[in-house]
Amino acid sequence: MTATTTAPVATTPVPATRPPSARLRAWATRAPLLPALIFMIVVTQLPFVATLVISFFDWNALYPDARHFTGLDNYQEVLTDADLRHSVWTTVLLTVAVVLAGLVLGLVLALLLDRRFRGRGVVRTLLIAPFLVVPVAAALLWKHVLYNPEYGLFNGLLHYVGGPQPDWISTTPLLAVEASLVWQWTPFMMLILLAGLQSRDHEQIEAARVDGASDWQIFVHLTLPHLRRYLELGALLGSIYIVQNFDAVFTITSGGLGTANLPYTVYQSFYQAHENGLASAAGVLVVIGSIVIATFALRVVSSLFREEVSRA
Amino acid sequence: MSAPPGNVIRRNGLGLLAWLAGIVFFLPIAWMALTSFHSETDAATNPPSFAASLTLDGYREFFGAGGGASPWPALVNSTVASVASTLLVLLLALPAAYALSVDRVRKWTDVLFFFLSTKMLPVVAGLLPVYLFARNAGMLDNIWLLVVLYTSMNLPIAVWMMQSFLAEIPVAVIEAARVDGARLPTVLTRIVAPIALPGIAATALICFIFSWNELLFARVLTGVVAETAPVFLTGFITSQGLFLAKVCAASLVISLPVLAAGFAAQDKLVQGLSLGAVK
Repeated sequence: MTATTTAPVATTPVPATRPPSARLRAWATRAPLLPALIFMIVVTQLPFVATLVISFFDWNALYPDARHFTGLDNYQEVLTDADLRHSVWTTVLLTVAVVLAGLVLGLVLALLLDRRFRGRGVVRTLLIAPFLVVPVAAALLWKHVLYNPEYGLFNGLLHYVGGPQPDWISTTPLLAVEASLVWQWTPFMMLILLAGLQSRDHEQIEAARVDGASDWQIFVHLTLPHLRRYLELGALLGSIYIVQNFDAVFTITSGGLGTANLPYTVYQSFYQAHENGLASAAGVLVVIGSIVIATFALRVVSSLFREEVSRA
Repeated sequence: MSAPPGNVIRRNGLGLLAWLAGIVFFLPIAWMALTSFHSETDAATNPPSFAASLTLDGYREFFGAGGGASPWPALVNSTVASVASTLLVLLLALPAAYALSVDRVRKWTDVLFFFLSTKMLPVVAGLLPVYLFARNAGMLDNIWLLVVLYTSMNLPIAVWMMQSFLAEIPVAVIEAARVDGARLPTVLTRIVAPIALPGIAATALICFIFSWNELLFARVLTGVVAETAPVFLTGFITSQGLFLAKVCAASLVISLPVLAAGFAAQDKLVQGLSLGAVK
């Protein structure tokens, strides 16, 4: 990074279209960027290319000599395998449920927090806390301390009102995983939406109120349209994180009872079944799914970003 | 200022509702904390014993007093992985963010979005080749492999956050200093650093949180030597008789650094989590 010092002035005449001083200057500008850029390409892009290549091979790690090229067979197997198809469906259900519930709850909480009241800072801190529990610890907390049918808190509280004593994880496994994730991710949604609420044009709202608009009308016609992009951003970032969720599924149900999502299935197919080719094909499918979401996400981020750049 | 009485009631009602929501969301954590100070028999009662006597036995058990595995190696590993990767992230991201905000390269937005796009590549997409590479290179169960991976995981977030913090520095001030003959190191230490320091601190805290929390890489790539705190926690997935107080103590102790870092970075948390898109 020594190149960041100003380029020396060229003394010899040069026939090149661009004088070397300008070229040096351009490289001096680029130099600070290069270490980070090269690091990212090597550590994130190369493994993905390798995954892509491996996905075209029939390769079980227990029989390394039998490795051979199979074209798209792995993809066909992944897409026709009942378990894997089920895990695709589980991933979609899990992601959609958690993101939607998180957004709705997060919006309600953000609206409550956007008003002035005694102890607002404390309530904000209480609400953020679930997001700041280590994900595995949060999953353990739900699995053992809340859901346990014999001595968990939920059944303990139900006991007081003479309610039933269900075995939460066995009867509704996917819902059990979803509830714990909604608890952790609602604060995230709330923070994004609260930032959106606080960036509203307050003069416009005051003007609408003077003109006799009701709170509900202001919410529907001014607040929601303004929040639209923040809702999109929350939904898309939330999707990106929750599509990849491994911790909660691994901890609460260990992928059993029909809760195995794609990341868990990929983990299992190479870590336990040693099916490298199949795991890679499934991994590539996860990437394709993420790219679809990410394309939308990038568009939202870039529109927010451009707005900011033009404002600056 | 006298508001109509209906408004006062409604305002207080909504404030009360906010408090209620805060308490409901915090309840599992409060219950976890209380349970961690109960004896194992008091922790496993139905109905729950709220007023049972308090003890530190859960914590003693967690730290290995009962003959179980000590969590210290895992806590040390997590600290090394999180702190070292955060330092490496700062080392790489600071100059990059400088080239994307103060002294900008051409097409700087494209570069910025390249960094963001790598964040959207799921971890599982590269997990197998990384595992195969680590096995062949003898890097399995080595904490420094996690340091490299966590750096790549957090670098995009850090570049985005820091470029948005650095972009807040008025260019005119920097140019004026340059005209006055100040050289780059002077500009960096006298002008850029003081304005950017709070943002850099928040970035570091958020990177620390993500590294500390990570499970999938650590689970696949470490064993007995380089095991991190979340991997240690996975030892509690299957029930081991009466162990609720111990689980609660473990979860709380291992979450404490994240809670502390998160509250310290509270004001910049959204900006970091939304990759700088929301201020």
